[in-house]
Amino acid sequence: MALIDLHKREIHCKIVYYGPGRCGKTTNLFYIYNAVSEKYRGKLLTIETKGDRTLFFDLLPINLGKIHGLDIRIQLYTVPGQAHYRATRKLVLKGVDGIVFVADSLRKRREKNIESLLDLRNNLREYNLELEEVPLVFQYNKRDLVSANIPLLTIEELENDLNKELRVPYFEAAAVKGIGVFETLREISKRTVKYVARKYIFSQNSAKAQGGIL
Amino acid sequence: MVLTEEKIRQLQGVLENQLLTIGVSLAILIDEAGNVIVSSGNGTNVDTTSLAALAAANFGATAQIAKLLGEEDFSILYHKGKRDNIHFSKIGKEFILVTIFGDETPLGLVRLRVSQVSQELLNLLAEDDF
Repeated sequence: MALIDLHKREIHCKIVYYGPGRCGKTTNLFYIYNAVSEKYRGKLLTIETKGDRTLFFDLLPINLGKIHGLDIRIQLYTVPGQAHYRATRKLVLKGVDGIVFVADSLRKRREKNIESLLDLRNNLREYNLELEEVPLVFQYNKRDLVSANIPLLTIEELENDLNKELRVPYFEAAAVKGIGVFETLREISKRTVKYVARKYIFSQNSAKAQGGIL
Repeated sequence: MVLTEEKIRQLQGVLENQLLTIGVSLAILIDEAGNVIVSSGNGTNVDTTSLAALAAANFGATAQIAKLLGEEDFSILYHKGKRDNIHFSKIGKEFILVTIFGDETPLGLVRLRVSQVSQELLNLLAEDDF
């Protein structure tokens, strides 16, 4: 649930990076954290286990600039990907305004991607949300491994497995090198802010960002 | 949720008059998604964004523990530190009031005040201008 503070003239939205374990959700956040100047970002909060897997969530607040005189503040969250943390993922999804589904391009993770998307759909339903109504983009991560001769799923296969019916934008990425990270963030932010604006403030006006990191 | 300037002033007024006056150093009203709605007090050194996210997560996690015991949730949480203590109280179904206070403020008084302001905050939050 977005929060609109007319006193400070701020809009707060929540974007969650979802996807199977080890697909690179936290890597996205780290890259954004390191690439964005301090002026536009808050502290990076991570709760991880010793094996550097996310235990609960990571949180990175960023500032996207102004729309119609309102400051857009976005909180980027990740969820723990491992299947047995389902209850935790559901908690993090509470009040979500936009979702990036990070899919692992490794061929051997094909089933994990499909399972994770289904898990997302089921978790949203518990909050009476349908996957189709929440702003969503896909990020097909680890595309750089193609040059290392590691068997990867083709974009067509990923699209067919995950995005056949949803038909939302997708981005090819190598999050560890930053490729595709900001493209993904830019698109999901645009969609989320539009969705929040339509839902809570403006009925028709199209929102356009001015300044900020994107 | 849309918060008007007037609404924020009223909510802050309640926190200041009822909680800061008994020695609470920082009072933050958050929602279950981890958004800060209003905060009041000496919070310049505290990262309220992280605190709100963690407090909401903490509540969510203990609610799952409650369910294992057949409870709906635990409506109050309290953590004691060497210098500062922190008290979390559920306000209605969607909100959490976080209060931070030192040893000179008795826990019982904090609990009493929090339960007294709970309905007042809920009335302000539930009014139909959201």
